[in-house]
Amino acid sequence: MTVHPMLAQYANIAAYSAIVVLAAAMIAFVVDLARSTSRQGPATIRDGAPVPVPSTANAGPTAQAIRTAAPGSVAVVPAPTTAPSAPRQAAGIGTSLTWLGAGLLVAAAVMRGAAVSRVPWGNMFEFSLTGSAAVTVTYLVLSLRRDVRWLGTFVVGPVVLTLGLAVTVFYTEASPLLPSLRSFWLVVHVSIAILAVALFTLAAAVTVLQMIQDRREEAASPGRSFMRALPNAAALDRLGHGLHVAAFPLWTFTLIAGAIWAQKAWGAYWQWDPKEVWTFVIWVVYAAYLHARATSGWSTRSSNIIALVGYGCIIINYTIVNMYLVGMHSYSGM
Amino acid sequence: MRTALLLLLLLAVAAIPGSILPQRNIDSALVTDYLDRHRTTGPWLDRLSLFDVYASPWFASIYLLLLVSLVGCVLPRTRAHWQALRTPPPLTPARLTRLPAHTELVVASTPDQAQQALRTVLRRRRYRLRKPDPDNPGALSAQRGQARETGNLLFHTALIVVIAAVGARYLWGWRGDVIVPAGQTFASTASGYGTLSPGPFVDPAKLPPFTVRVNTMDVTFEDRASGAQFGAPRDFIANTTTTTAPGAPQQQQRLSVNNPLSLSGTSVFLLGNGYAPVVTVRDSKGNVLYREATPFLPQDNNYRSVGAVKVPAASPKQFGFTGLFLPTATIDPTAGPVSVFPDSRAPALALTMYEGDVFASGRSQSVYTLNTDGMSQVRQPDGQPLRLWLTPGNAVILPGGRGTITLERVDRFAGLSVRYDPGKGYALAGALAALGGLVLSLTIRRRRVFARVEPLETDATRPPRTKVLIAGISKNDDPALSEELNRIVAGLEKHLGPAIVDTPRNMDGPDADSPDTNHGHPSHNLDGDPR
Repeated sequence: MTVHPMLAQYANIAAYSAIVVLAAAMIAFVVDLARSTSRQGPATIRDGAPVPVPSTANAGPTAQAIRTAAPGSVAVVPAPTTAPSAPRQAAGIGTSLTWLGAGLLVAAAVMRGAAVSRVPWGNMFEFSLTGSAAVTVTYLVLSLRRDVRWLGTFVVGPVVLTLGLAVTVFYTEASPLLPSLRSFWLVVHVSIAILAVALFTLAAAVTVLQMIQDRREEAASPGRSFMRALPNAAALDRLGHGLHVAAFPLWTFTLIAGAIWAQKAWGAYWQWDPKEVWTFVIWVVYAAYLHARATSGWSTRSSNIIALVGYGCIIINYTIVNMYLVGMHSYSGM
Repeated sequence: MRTALLLLLLLAVAAIPGSILPQRNIDSALVTDYLDRHRTTGPWLDRLSLFDVYASPWFASIYLLLLVSLVGCVLPRTRAHWQALRTPPPLTPARLTRLPAHTELVVASTPDQAQQALRTVLRRRRYRLRKPDPDNPGALSAQRGQARETGNLLFHTALIVVIAAVGARYLWGWRGDVIVPAGQTFASTASGYGTLSPGPFVDPAKLPPFTVRVNTMDVTFEDRASGAQFGAPRDFIANTTTTTAPGAPQQQQRLSVNNPLSLSGTSVFLLGNGYAPVVTVRDSKGNVLYREATPFLPQDNNYRSVGAVKVPAASPKQFGFTGLFLPTATIDPTAGPVSVFPDSRAPALALTMYEGDVFASGRSQSVYTLNTDGMSQVRQPDGQPLRLWLTPGNAVILPGGRGTITLERVDRFAGLSVRYDPGKGYALAGALAALGGLVLSLTIRRRRVFARVEPLETDATRPPRTKVLIAGISKNDDPALSEELNRIVAGLEKHLGPAIVDTPRNMDGPDADSPDTNHGHPSHNLDGDPR
């Protein structure tokens, strides 16, 4: 259990660089969203005016973009800027910077792990670092499968915020683990928890956007807004639900692995320690969300609110429970 | 469903107070402390069981209602699902083009061949097929994904198993805690434990009679890092010799924080450690009145520990000492005697002395505190209470010819916790089954595929051609349904050769009616986003 202070230093440098790079990526994504309003501008005008093409409220931006490019429609704007394949320079820069930032974050987490000769999630600083890397990488993996450039701002923004907190408030010097954390289950329990939280974070971001989009689509005159650049509410809803569905079994596994570890370390798989209580509360709230989705008579909006309450519980679990409630999970290192 | 939903939300809310207020099952001392500080609100919170939330009637009523709702949901659904599993897929609907996804192609084969090929493809894709209908030979019905409901029922049934296992732990399980100084042996009997909490159905006279000798207790602390990590524990290891019964063969075993011992069906955990200074009290003639490793209970991270030394053998009056053990002692100008490091670097015992009747009240009392009801404090000639400061090896003379007291050496003790939980295997099995069921119920899609094959060629001299209309519907929100049809078509083409007349495929959902969705974008996906 040796500690290498130099490696820890490099890890910190990588983490700080990642903050800078990801902040730049966030700015690029914001610029892309801001430009999208002008990109979508002509369509807005056409939506308001009588045009030969029927316009449905939920056709979504993709359909609108296609419609604009389709032959027979009123060609108000030159084709290159309106075609679906129009280059989105800012978004491209944002994505590239996010890859760079993710690389730096992974490097920071790996070096931090090497510096302390163990997995890099033994205290809140390390958990934030590794968690941010997980969120960013999950987002990038998702981006390989589908176009989620519109989501960039809402993923990279919280990540930058978390990292900022990590290097200031949560910072803990590189040091070996408390005896109770020294277990194979630390690797299993916490890595799956990090992945689950990463997916819940993406799901929460998508759900918030879905609710905004839903409201905008219901409004009589959907004004000019960057939300036009996003998929329609139905597509956002599917994506958000899919992410929740992927995250929930992982959270269930976190709960089970935690119980197994507790059995080994503390002699009882469940003792209503504050962290256990909140992990349970999160599980129950997301279970309620899945129930609400399956229950006829509950609107999408109500179930989405339950999902966001669940994410609120995750944040409470990570901040208040770690720092203020005394329990056997007091490993924040602070 | 709606009841279950409300109960789930209620359960989540009800669980929260227990994480904020101190709980008796975790640390009853904190509860006492809280009640002392909140004299008006405290008793009210206590009356509402807010210090025993997870054993309170209102919390129990929520989860029992949830259990009832769970059983009430699982039973009828299991029956319905059992019937559904034995029911063949429904008849092929009349207008297949009305279904959410449908496609049409013409293949170079007879209708029978097409029907057979389609059946093979669907069976490979794990669809259940309806038997061919002689009255309607061109029709085909298939369905898959009933494992979704199986998984769902498995998940809910497994939750019931988990709850039952937790109940078994409460009724038949027991827990005993004991402090064992290094070099001493502990025997598992009801009186051997410091505290024993048996479940209602446990006979304390029939505990398994194993023994544990703590040979050494090795502890290391962080002494290089600065800040909050300084003094943090790094290793707790107890080397033990165990037997399953007194006189049975001995076994050497290492016990550490994440590695409990298994003995006679129980698990022995190392949950605490501390110091047991070996104290010797002699009378004025030098006869030993007391020599024991006396555990002192740690109070903070630097192991400032409290305890008592009781010497009933002293006469004419019995002696009692109470005070602090400090592993790395120093005297702080404001806080008085404190310990600045958890390891035993400069140990000292700071004691005050009482004399009289040690066990005056006759009641059982804690070994770590001295009941001074029947005792009076020993004072110096100037009237100040006598304060003893003992360091290892130095005998300190007790005033008035009372003899001497010596801190011989400092041993460590191991805090052992013995648990017996007959339900834990079931709880684990239930939890894993629930996870498996959950994954099935969330990932499997229930789909039905219908098809109709019609001969296009009536002239027997020409090669046969058959029109195949395939349609799909999904019980759940299913963006991948049209892809599924594509795969079925691809499988069919593998059997029958490429479709000969490629009629335009309509792979869109019901909103395909809007004229613009398909413009120049034949592979447009239901997702609404281009890939």
